[in-house]
Amino acid sequence: MNKVMSNKAVIALYVLPAFILIVALIYGPILITGYYGLMDWNGIGAMTFVGLENYTQLIQDGQFWQSAKHSFLLAFFSTLSLVPYLAISLILAGKIKGSDLLRKIYLIPMLLSSVAIAQLWVKIYDPNNGMLNSFLTMVGVENPPSWLADTNLVLYAIFVAILWQYAGFYIIIYYAALKGIPESLVEAAKIDGANPIQIAYKIKVPLISGVIKVTVVLAIVGSLKYFDLIYVMTGGGPNGASEVIASYMYKKAFDTFDFGYGSAIAFFLLLITLVVTWITRKLTASEDEIQY
Amino acid sequence: MAQTQNTAGKDNSILTKVGMGVLYICLIIVAVFQIYPLVWLFQFSLKSNAEVFGMSPFALPQEPRWENYVRVWTDGNINLYFFNSVWITVASVLLTILLASFVTFAITRMNWKLNKLVLGLFMVGLMVPIHSAIIPLFAFFLDLNLIDHPLSIILSYTAFNLPLTIMILLGFYYTLPREIEEAAVVDGCSIHRIFFQITLPMTTPVLATTAIINMIYNWNEFIFVNTFISSDKFKTLTVGIQNFIGQYLTDWGAIGATLMISIIPILIAFLILSNRIVEGIAAGSVKG
Repeated sequence: MNKVMSNKAVIALYVLPAFILIVALIYGPILITGYYGLMDWNGIGAMTFVGLENYTQLIQDGQFWQSAKHSFLLAFFSTLSLVPYLAISLILAGKIKGSDLLRKIYLIPMLLSSVAIAQLWVKIYDPNNGMLNSFLTMVGVENPPSWLADTNLVLYAIFVAILWQYAGFYIIIYYAALKGIPESLVEAAKIDGANPIQIAYKIKVPLISGVIKVTVVLAIVGSLKYFDLIYVMTGGGPNGASEVIASYMYKKAFDTFDFGYGSAIAFFLLLITLVVTWITRKLTASEDEIQY
Repeated sequence: MAQTQNTAGKDNSILTKVGMGVLYICLIIVAVFQIYPLVWLFQFSLKSNAEVFGMSPFALPQEPRWENYVRVWTDGNINLYFFNSVWITVASVLLTILLASFVTFAITRMNWKLNKLVLGLFMVGLMVPIHSAIIPLFAFFLDLNLIDHPLSIILSYTAFNLPLTIMILLGFYYTLPREIEEAAVVDGCSIHRIFFQITLPMTTPVLATTAIINMIYNWNEFIFVNTFISSDKFKTLTVGIQNFIGQYLTDWGAIGATLMISIIPILIAFLILSNRIVEGIAAGSVKG
């Protein structure tokens, strides 16, 4: 038994292909990103070592900080949006008819590509023929804004599309966690005379606090990584008003061929992601073990 | 998965009923918000430009113009992008679940010292943002002459989906009884036969879950294709429709039809396999 199941050659054969793949395509590249960040390089020609120049430039780059501000704003709103998602899940996980169907309807946008979602919302926000402004005109709003062309509104307009995309995802996670709460605890609270709101707030929510922490990390880290949707919807515009860290990085590297600077931004993004994950975990830490 | 047994109904006060009514209305408003934009998309995919620009966007198409679909399918290269998406998705999904099954089998079934460490390395991969790897990946594939070659995206999809796939598989492998495999070892069965003929078939349900989740991620993927692929003959739908829309900016019917074509396979998969998808998303929620 043991001999067959501890055959080193077979273990190597089974593990190495996947292992080589993730080392070559995930771990290698994220380290090399930091190294490229020390270079001046247009992607094709020779690399020149410039030390920390890209990183010092980054710290003084107003456009970068504006993008970072947008990323953090999205992270903040995404975290806030978890509250209504949790409320909806609490209702759905109560004894409600049709909760299965509703959950599935909520999930549908999450399954579509960000490109399709972005293009659809570009049409929804179309100032003249879009769904939103036609509706606003119908209910009597004069001169509704041109959402994606308005530097003050564009980020919020994008955020609504993000809400639409991810609502079902968080509801599914919360619902699964709530369904895992033992029925006996809820019954006991009912016998003690607790009303549904007390049960939700004092029993159910604390019991799934581990999952809530995971979703907070997901919402924040996910927001810092937003790319596809924004890149397709506005390309970061107008005038940088919806630029985020990832789209700014991509632009620098693949539009202006400043691969060294792009790498510095990418490495910075990785560091921010790791630090934010760590801080979020610390701030929300408790005795329960971390989920993943 | 979710059975709701109705033990409520003890207090039927009017207040409770009104409260429930309000809650239902809220839930239904959210449902309409989630579904109506897609209905609207379907509507304008069947309209002519005269209808789009001349009439209310909420009006039904006067006579559905299915020719919008036919037109973009053949004239807009959408058929080519569609089949690229299909074969690249299928190839990546098969490679991912095969490699992930190998790893999960070796980690949960075979005895070796470093298995926890190696598992940890795979799991950390869940947290790495694609964007932090994309520039070196581009350089790497450039060196290998794989830029503008479908292998670059298939390998990237596989690498970046392996951690999630292994994570979903792990839970299932831990619950599988080992007795059958042990008996097979006693009977002198080779390890490869055990894997391919005993273990792998037993994991079919979870393989279906991981396959559908992988399929959705790959089908929808954008940044790798956008970065690595430049010629039309290898582009997948996400990047293809971006190109297409760039050329037909004001043709709403054509744009709607392309978007519908790109999401219909996902919607069909969802109609058939919604429980597996929900299960996979709940299990793989770390990815986000």
